[in-house]
Amino acid sequence: MDLFEITINLIKIAVIFLLMVQMVPLLVWVERRGSAFIQNRFGPNRIGPLGLVQNLADLVKFLCKEDFLGHKGRKGFFYAAPVLSLIPAALAFGAIPLSTPIKVEAFHWLGQSWGPYIFHFQSFVMGIGIVFVLGVSSLAVYSLLLAGWSSGSKFSLYGALRASAQAISYELALSLSIVGVILLFNTFSFSEMVTAQTGPLSFHFFGEVVTISFLPNWGIFYQPLGAILLFVALFAEANRLPFDLPEAEAELVAGYHTEYSGVKIIMFYMGEYGHMLVASALMVTFYFGGYTFWPFLTPEKINLFLSSLSPTWNSVLTAFILHGVFMFKLLFFLWIFIWVRWTLPRFRYDQLMDLGWKTLLPWALVNTVITGICVFLFA
Amino acid sequence: MAESGVLSILSEGGFVVLVLSCILIVITFGVLMLSVARLFSAKAKAPLTKAKSLPYECGLEEEEKENSRVPVQFYLTAILFILFDIEIIFLYPWALSFRDFLARGEGLEVLLAMVIFLFIFVYGLFWEIFSKALSWK
Repeated sequence: MDLFEITINLIKIAVIFLLMVQMVPLLVWVERRGSAFIQNRFGPNRIGPLGLVQNLADLVKFLCKEDFLGHKGRKGFFYAAPVLSLIPAALAFGAIPLSTPIKVEAFHWLGQSWGPYIFHFQSFVMGIGIVFVLGVSSLAVYSLLLAGWSSGSKFSLYGALRASAQAISYELALSLSIVGVILLFNTFSFSEMVTAQTGPLSFHFFGEVVTISFLPNWGIFYQPLGAILLFVALFAEANRLPFDLPEAEAELVAGYHTEYSGVKIIMFYMGEYGHMLVASALMVTFYFGGYTFWPFLTPEKINLFLSSLSPTWNSVLTAFILHGVFMFKLLFFLWIFIWVRWTLPRFRYDQLMDLGWKTLLPWALVNTVITGICVFLFA
Repeated sequence: MAESGVLSILSEGGFVVLVLSCILIVITFGVLMLSVARLFSAKAKAPLTKAKSLPYECGLEEEEKENSRVPVQFYLTAILFILFDIEIIFLYPWALSFRDFLARGEGLEVLLAMVIFLFIFVYGLFWEIFSKALSWK
């Protein structure tokens, strides 16, 4: 990697991180308006058109709040915990491809020849995609524990312990569902998974190849149980209702972020919405085709459609169209997160842990064994 | 290849360098937000009273030394998580190489080996469930 590539990559990392950050006000607006319409009332609709500027006003208000910690808190970790909660979400979001790579042909600009270059639409191009995302998502537990312990209040500590126990319990179901996905696609890397999902639904059935030509080759048709398990486990990982107990209003005041005020709580919410974003992106990439939508919107078909342009612009436009497809699916899943939050009541804590250990984990093991048997018989 | 210092680390580091720089970028962003908040935040004009600096306790006085007792269930959950996580770590290479074994005709043995491995863990899981090690009161 020479200097040019390093610079491009650093700018890309910053831009994708800021993409994640700027989705947060959008998501908060969607949540407040959406939840309001679900509850048969209007959300914020006075500040700005449709209430869009409400988040900016709230941010300014949060910036001006007093920065206070009780005498039992530990200042260093107290300030570090919100920043730490952004890191896992940012790293995980960077490993997921948002669109097909752009192939830039050699061109001349400012008297210098810039060589052929492949611009990947992910911050980190790695062959170990899934394993990296799983490992980094596990780091989210650290920021919970640090926040709860360094606040110096018993409520915060218990909230943090409960939140981290919930997070690690559901990580097991998460990892096991992903084993099913790996058995199916035989790869760790996200781009190869998306490539495997373009094309019609076809599989071997006792020696002959069955092709259903109107359905795309999406993971959800092969792994319905795994998809449901992964979805539930991702809800719990993002501390989202119905697994909302760490932030429950009635139970623990505000759980592990009781003592936080001002911008630090905004950063916790950024981390939570970041985890939601990563969860939706994972669902889309594993089970719903990623950034392609066979039969119309695959890289080959769009390249063919745009073949009258030069190869570089062809590639750029293809990438942006497919990025639009990805964003559409991503927003659909984010809406499902918000919708479920305002529909279902919260679980009690022992119900929550029972669900994680006694329901999801056995079913995830069953899913793994059945997927192994099916791959053995049918591949 | 005759570069020295930072540039050689950057150019031959692969994606590890990118991951570390992403962490740096996120930390910078966080520190920036905190300092901006520090600039604009309201400062307390009243002197720090005892009531303000006490930890939140729903209005009651703080009870001493009670906070050294944490339910042991958290410890049990953490230990069980480690055991099952290690099992899942063993599942990942198996899942990735299963089709290779299948192509060479050894799929049945590999599948049976993993089913037996899983069976040991499933037995352990069900024992825990029935012995109420995972029950929260």
